[in-house]
Amino acid sequence: MSQQVLKHPGLNLGPAHGKDDRAAENMMFGFWVFLMSDAILFGMVFATYVTSVHATAGGPGPHALYDLKSAFIETLLLLASSFTFGMASLALKYKHGKPRLIGWMVLTLVLGMVFLGFELHDFSSMFAKGGVPSRSGFLSAFFDLVPLHGLHVAAGCIWLICLVGQILRYGLDTATKLGIMRLALFWHFLDIIWIAIFSVVYLTGLT
Amino acid sequence: MSIAGIFEHPLGRLGLDSLPFWNMLQHPTKGNIINGIIATGAASVVVFGALGLIVVLTRYKLWRVLWSEWATSPDHKKIGIMYVVIAFVMLARALIEAALMRAQQAYGLGGGFLSPDHFAQLFSTHGTIMIFFMAMPFLTGVINYVMPLQIGARDVSFPVLNSISLGLTAAGAALVMVSLVLGKFSTGGWFGYPPYTEATFSPGVGPDYWIWALTLGSLGSTFTGINFAVTIYKERAPGMKLMRMPLFTWTALCTSILMIFAMPPLTVATAQLALDRYLGFHYFTNALGGNMMHFANLFWLFGHPEVYILILPAFGVYSELFSTFSGKVLYGYRSLVMATMAIAILSFTVWLHHFFTMGQSANINAVFGIASMLIGIPTGVKIYDWMLTMFRGRVRFTVPMVYSIGFILLFVLGGMSGILLANPTVDYQVHNTVFLVAHFHNMAVPGLLFGMIAAYHFWFPKAFGFRLNERWGMISALCWIFGFMLAFFPLYALGLMGLPRRTVAYTEPSYVPLEWVAFLGALLILTALASLLWQLWVSIKQRDENRVFAGDPWDGRSLEWSNSAPPPEYNFAVIPEVKGRDAFTMSKEGGTAYQRPDTYQDIELPKNSAMGPVIAAIGFTLAFGLVWHIWWMVILSFLAAVATLIIRGFARDTTRIVTAQEVRQEHHRWIDAVAAATAIARVDENKPANDGLAQHASDGVVP
Repeated sequence: MSQQVLKHPGLNLGPAHGKDDRAAENMMFGFWVFLMSDAILFGMVFATYVTSVHATAGGPGPHALYDLKSAFIETLLLLASSFTFGMASLALKYKHGKPRLIGWMVLTLVLGMVFLGFELHDFSSMFAKGGVPSRSGFLSAFFDLVPLHGLHVAAGCIWLICLVGQILRYGLDTATKLGIMRLALFWHFLDIIWIAIFSVVYLTGLT
Repeated sequence: MSIAGIFEHPLGRLGLDSLPFWNMLQHPTKGNIINGIIATGAASVVVFGALGLIVVLTRYKLWRVLWSEWATSPDHKKIGIMYVVIAFVMLARALIEAALMRAQQAYGLGGGFLSPDHFAQLFSTHGTIMIFFMAMPFLTGVINYVMPLQIGARDVSFPVLNSISLGLTAAGAALVMVSLVLGKFSTGGWFGYPPYTEATFSPGVGPDYWIWALTLGSLGSTFTGINFAVTIYKERAPGMKLMRMPLFTWTALCTSILMIFAMPPLTVATAQLALDRYLGFHYFTNALGGNMMHFANLFWLFGHPEVYILILPAFGVYSELFSTFSGKVLYGYRSLVMATMAIAILSFTVWLHHFFTMGQSANINAVFGIASMLIGIPTGVKIYDWMLTMFRGRVRFTVPMVYSIGFILLFVLGGMSGILLANPTVDYQVHNTVFLVAHFHNMAVPGLLFGMIAAYHFWFPKAFGFRLNERWGMISALCWIFGFMLAFFPLYALGLMGLPRRTVAYTEPSYVPLEWVAFLGALLILTALASLLWQLWVSIKQRDENRVFAGDPWDGRSLEWSNSAPPPEYNFAVIPEVKGRDAFTMSKEGGTAYQRPDTYQDIELPKNSAMGPVIAAIGFTLAFGLVWHIWWMVILSFLAAVATLIIRGFARDTTRIVTAQEVRQEHHRWIDAVAAATAIARVDENKPANDGLAQHASDGVVP
């Protein structure tokens, strides 16, 4: 393969996509910048969590509330969904056809929703043990950080559904392609955030 | 909150007691009546102002124009103008509040006429408005207008997002205005420290108004920052390398980067305070593991970079002004760029100096104190560069130049008091006194505000095609400068004499004379604003004799002067080729300005979009519902917001074409006008003879 200039970081559509590839440059760069801003948002919430982790105010702490098995399953689900989205991106880039693309996207969606199901189940079992956000500074910080990620995943799921709708309605036009590429970045970004949550919140909390 | 609860209180907390005159009618004491009349008067201005606007729009059938030419326009130039209009409206309100506070303090020996609660609302709204709904819209508007023109772009990278940012800012500003009519604003200052602003101590709607107005504004600014940064990185004309960009564009870039990184901490802080207040979380409460220091850190992690978000664009404006009105190349371009970048980076290392007295160790204070003093170095570099730009130049004392010189003199003084305050031991003595108030107004008014008003004078002819009246501009500038001195220099002395900030009344008679001087200063500043408005009126009346359609009234140096005034909606008929710094001066000297190209091409522009106004309306109702606990409104607005975004995702066919034929016609009309205009020397630039065509060196004259 000849030397190809990348138009933006990450997976490029490549010259075979003509004007769509050119249109990707500004849009994808802009989305990277947005993700940087979003990363600061998470950084601040992480900082709140780390500085509040001992502020349990006599209420239940990490050991009483966290379920490592469930968190591990969630990690696997999200990592798997990142893989399936990666396959969707490749199907888009190498023009494997709409059915395969949509197939990978729907699989990603299912994994994302199962992840959210597990997470909601975690929250409800925490609630049952008295781990409600109004109990302590620690629980407030937990319920800022982890559900914020969950909300992002939920937004990603809605976006995924909309993109499948756009593919069915308009086919793979410029806007749809750029939408899929942006969502891919977003999805992998959330994966990285989750790795941080798993390490900082669950693993550190249970040591 | 049950379903039944939603219908039981369809108006939430909203009731008759939310009206500004209700308390006065229920409890007609003297104090209540005075405060009630002032509050009702302010509310009436809002209500009748809005009604008057509706009547005018209807009477002159302007609704359609407003909608299709302005509100839905994705054109960065129109969006920029709308930002500046918001800034001026909010400036007027916050200035009147400032004068009212100064009046209260002048009469404040042993009482005065305002209640402490009313006074606290005044300083809270004054600060909130001046930072978030005057300064931010003003600089965002000026960058919006000027930056894409300076880099030779057709628009910003994401024009509809630009319109949405404007919508969010407008919704936040509207929320602050509505707080005058319904309920009371926060009494917790512009930074709203908990635990005071927690539900325990401030159960009313005040802090909620503050929270949601700021949240709307900060979201808008985050998107603006992203948009501007991408535009500057990606949309520059061929040959416009980074080190060839005009300095204003450089400062716009640094400000955008600061917005991207500094706005999220504010969003987190306000969101967490909201969770505390609405759902009983414990981020910043006194009990159950809350810690208000989290808020202080988050807020100032935003708040200090914010100071530089505000000041850097003004620095950029001054750089353009000193160079243009001295007829010289900017001295020390490279050092100015480096100083700007250094300030942007250092701005993230000093936030703790906002709370030296809040309990950290002496060593930590020392580190942040030294970091704060370091910022004086790049700022000093800039001051010298500007002075050396004027050195041996032909300095023209135009209105923007008067502001710039006033800025240099006053800003250095303010900087000096800042170096004093950066020393924690000094800070311990004067913190929470009006010495601090004097210091930051000394940075914000001559620094930011003078810069923005100077920018308004400088680029107004570009935006509207005619020059502003010079005489009233000069009167206004002098009133600003001397008004500022009278209003704030006494506060340094009062601070050293121990007057705490935010004091409604005092018992020390020796404060009175200086308080009166400050009050006179406030009146002079009000006069300055009135002159500014009068100047606009006079200028509009005289517009025909002051037209500068050829587009270059000040012998400008950068690309924004290289097209007509006002520019066509696509900015440039042909995207310019840039060969060096001061691109337009180079092409004037090289004789390549005002060319007729052989061929023109079709230009693709974004279609108008209702996204901006729709998001503004939804943002406003969402925030209003949240403030007043009107849950059905919150739910509907939220669903509407999601639906709007989804529908926009399905939008296609979002661009339109301006044909090469139209471009050619418009361009030729302008070139013909340039050919017909007489080039004028700089001494005549304030005379009607100025058609916007400048004599320059290649004409064989000394410019």
